[in-house]
Amino acid sequence: MNSAVGSGAIIETDGLTREFRVRDGRRKRLLTAVDGLTVRVEPGEAVGYIGANGAGKSTTIKMLTGILVPTAGRVLTCGLRPVPDRRRLARQVGVVFGQRSQLWWDLPVRESLRILAAIHMLSRAEENDRTAELVEQLELGEFLSVPVRQLSLGQRMRAEIAAALLHSPRLVILDEPTIGLDVLSKQRLREFLIGERRRHGTTLLLTTHDMGDVERLCDRILVIDHGRLAYDGDLPGLSRTVGAQRVLVVDLAEPVPDLTGLDGATHLSSQAGGLRQRLAFDAEKTTAAKVLAAVSGQAEVLDLTVEEPDIEDVVRRIYAASR
Amino acid sequence: MAETAGRLERLRPYRAVLASRARSQRAYRANFAVDLVSSLLVGVVELAEVWVLFTNVTALGGMRFNQILLVFGLADLAFSLADLSFGHLDNLPDFLRAGTLDVFYLRPQPVLAQLITSDISLRRLARAAVGAAAMGAGLTTSGVTWSPHAAVLLVLGLVSGYATFAGMFVLAAGLQFFLLDGAEMTNAFVYGGRYAATQPASVWTRPLKLVFGFFFPMAFTAYLPAVAILGLPGPQWLPAWLGWCAPAAALWSWATGLLCWRWGLRHYQGGGG
Repeated sequence: MNSAVGSGAIIETDGLTREFRVRDGRRKRLLTAVDGLTVRVEPGEAVGYIGANGAGKSTTIKMLTGILVPTAGRVLTCGLRPVPDRRRLARQVGVVFGQRSQLWWDLPVRESLRILAAIHMLSRAEENDRTAELVEQLELGEFLSVPVRQLSLGQRMRAEIAAALLHSPRLVILDEPTIGLDVLSKQRLREFLIGERRRHGTTLLLTTHDMGDVERLCDRILVIDHGRLAYDGDLPGLSRTVGAQRVLVVDLAEPVPDLTGLDGATHLSSQAGGLRQRLAFDAEKTTAAKVLAAVSGQAEVLDLTVEEPDIEDVVRRIYAASR
Repeated sequence: MAETAGRLERLRPYRAVLASRARSQRAYRANFAVDLVSSLLVGVVELAEVWVLFTNVTALGGMRFNQILLVFGLADLAFSLADLSFGHLDNLPDFLRAGTLDVFYLRPQPVLAQLITSDISLRRLARAAVGAAAMGAGLTTSGVTWSPHAAVLLVLGLVSGYATFAGMFVLAAGLQFFLLDGAEMTNAFVYGGRYAATQPASVWTRPLKLVFGFFFPMAFTAYLPAVAILGLPGPQWLPAWLGWCAPAAALWSWATGLLCWRWGLRHYQGGGG
């Protein structure tokens, strides 16, 4: 379509940088929120964009959508320059801000969707088809005629997502979409996003503090720390990079003393006088099966589970390492 | 035909929002009635102020009560209609504080056009009615000699006055990007300007004439067209023929308004001044 770009990437940044002048008491100080970010996201990818508060996630999103002008560097979103081509870009991008509503507070959900259809100039047929699809997939039917201000948080988030996706954007950016939701609402939302991606090939970029979101939804992770890209790769790779350990939990037939001194595994804790023990091991150096074999040599194992690395911990380690 | 249809289609986003806002305001009839009445009262009280003044004097700034009524009516009608369609630009600081302005960036229309059409305050119709009534009374009792000239001046004055006030709202909104809690300051020239517009400019001091005569061209919204309609000479610095220049004042108001808005938006996006 846009031959000038030709690269086909849906997000392409090169040395993207944004500085802010902030007041620090009396003096003004330059704060670099995003620092030389170079990233390329292909159509159809699902990318988790994670980092601590203030790491530069929101600033990046604002530059991708044309709200903020970069201080330096280049950015193309859907092959367009976000600031000068903002209005064209708006037709191809949908953004969900977890804490900023784009619905009309006093209007029923249905009416908000109708207005948004007009705003995006959808034809009657497009509007009806897409609304029906979203209402079904997000289960909006039960509260379509309820004013937004009366919705529960979970319902409101579903309505927000419908609002952001109504114009079938190629790229969907979600800023903390599951914040404050209960387990069931989170689960439903994730399933919807997985389905939407499968059905339409939509590219997802999401920032989150909820590592469940990343594990379920994303096949690629970008970690940003102090405005810089600290990691770009998949989840297992991230765990390997920081040497996060997996944990084998074994339930034993009878209480045994703490299983210290096993080859390749460290004893973490014991419960019920040693009936259940937690053993950490490094997935790079050994396997769960080997550790299990070692345990079996000392006691009878009734049951076992393997705990995946805690991503919060992984991210914390990345920060520590890059500092 | 096709061209008109295309243009209408382009307006569809704005129409959808406005129609919905209007509907929701009228949905609660009792509420809407109370809003209308309170807005009417504000208009009446302001008119009464002029009337009280004239129980003590017979002329002010070379104008009699019924002539002042024309000035007041023109100004109030134009301002009320501008307030009805642009007044909610005053809410920009709330959007800035809550970060909700960003939502407007995600929609394929210009941010200012979206903001202007994001609401409409139908209750201000009541106040516009007070202004229209005062204007009508002024026109019929002050012995205006009707001519095509006078009619053109009246329409020109009203349309330009509306546009001038609207431009002031845009200017004030543009300044909000720089001023935290700046509504207080911009209210001074928006609402102070409205007040000044309802007065005969001949009573203003020289600095006021400079500020509200030219920089914020309030004298052009009502007083000067009225002076020209009535065939009065006009005071020093503000001759009656300036009444014909009301559209120039409207253009000036929009030029400064849009410049300021652009400047504010750039500041918000951080692209430099």
